[in-house]
Amino acid sequence: MNQQLRVNPIACTSHGLCAELLPERVSLDEWDYPIISSEPIPPGLRKAARRAVTDCPALALLLTERR
Amino acid sequence: MTATHALPRHDRRATGPGGLPRLLQAMDLDAHLDAYGPPPYRGARQLIEVVAAAGLTGRGGAGFPAARKLTAVAEAGRRAVVVGNGAESEPASCKDKQLLWIAPHLVLDGLQLAAEAVGATRAYLYVHPHPGLHQQLGSALAARAAAGLDRAEVQLMSAPPRFLAGEESAVVSRINGGPALPRFKVPPTFQRGVAGAPTLVHNVETLAHLAQIARGGASWFRAAGTAEEPGSMLATCRRADGTVEVAETAIGTPLGELLRLAELPGQAVLVGGYHGTWLTSADAAALPLANAGLRPAGAAVGAGLLAALPPGRCGIAEAVRVVRYLAAESAGQCGPCLSGLPRIATGFAELAAPRPRPRLRADLERWARLAERRGACHHPDGSVSFLRSALAVFASELTAHAHGQCSATSHRPFLPVPVGVPAGQADWT
Repeated sequence: MNQQLRVNPIACTSHGLCAELLPERVSLDEWDYPIISSEPIPPGLRKAARRAVTDCPALALLLTERR
Repeated sequence: MTATHALPRHDRRATGPGGLPRLLQAMDLDAHLDAYGPPPYRGARQLIEVVAAAGLTGRGGAGFPAARKLTAVAEAGRRAVVVGNGAESEPASCKDKQLLWIAPHLVLDGLQLAAEAVGATRAYLYVHPHPGLHQQLGSALAARAAAGLDRAEVQLMSAPPRFLAGEESAVVSRINGGPALPRFKVPPTFQRGVAGAPTLVHNVETLAHLAQIARGGASWFRAAGTAEEPGSMLATCRRADGTVEVAETAIGTPLGELLRLAELPGQAVLVGGYHGTWLTSADAAALPLANAGLRPAGAAVGAGLLAALPPGRCGIAEAVRVVRYLAAESAGQCGPCLSGLPRIATGFAELAAPRPRPRLRADLERWARLAERRGACHHPDGSVSFLRSALAVFASELTAHAHGQCSATSHRPFLPVPVGVPAGQADWT
């Protein structure tokens, strides 16, 4: 399972929670929108990544198979 | 009637090299049937192999292999829908409109044949409502119905006058009764598009080529163009003398020849469209109208627009105007585009004024990096590509502007920019 975090930029409303829950893969730009690393999510980060997905207030994050 | 697999008759009476033109010959239904006969239906999926062998790529801008799109929709496993996309929204481009006006039946044949190939019984033709065009296409469809040519039902749909109205997911959204706004493409259109069905969206020129390939075959198609990028293509050529011509040309024709740069020298050439790339005239003259040749120069064929900026015009002023238009045409849905493009447009205009603040250039580059590749569609990417190439090609003009000078002798706008719908009052339907 080689998963990658992605954002639906239309749904994203820049709450910024993802950057708090998964700072290893998400930073915020100067307008508070997430910049998401395209690196795969290693086993140690999967739990935090899933939490970022389920806790996003806009439900704008998704975990997809790496393309 | 011609036999269904015979070469198009016009190929034998063609005047140019490589049997051109293949598309741009004015024909009503009688003339069309006389030249080509009815659409050569051959059963589900049969055409896809021929299209793959022909090497046809999409002519709407992205240049994606047509056969791969057809295959993806055909293999989606459910009843599919086909859309002919004639919403040519590049303000400087008019090749699709011209094709629809003069050879609508090639496009409509292609729509039927694509529908048969992917197993669709419903089709749409999506176009901007230019005066008279809808009536013309409506009559063409009625004439075909009377002649019993069509198997899939075709519905005409209007595209709103917005730059992004022809973006694939915006097309689907509009046909679904929503606004013509780009969507996040998960799942992709070929799996879930119009009414949730697997949907094939092909540019109208792509469909016209497909209709010709169905008749002439792969090797006939490959008689023009390059081995890597076969066939002919339509290009809107805006020359330095102000003339505009839609040319059907073999892929690989030098840009200098298409724009007649030797007799009509321009300062710089815009390639691809407003999501495209500026090149110096000297660089452009020798480059071919083909992605393989343009790629090393950072350019792409895109929507087939070529524009040579005449001497005496200010490239910076032109670019500032276009970037402002592109910012206003953001759908405003994705944060980085919504936040970035207006800043970029305003910053670029400030940079073009005397004594810009020292950090502005760095700000522009940072905003460009933040905007690109972060949208649901490619609008920010294309806009940034246009900006960066303008900054590079018109660098000395920009320096002159910083010192309060401009080399232009005429300030009449060259590149067309629609007098816009005010931002925030957008009508996307």
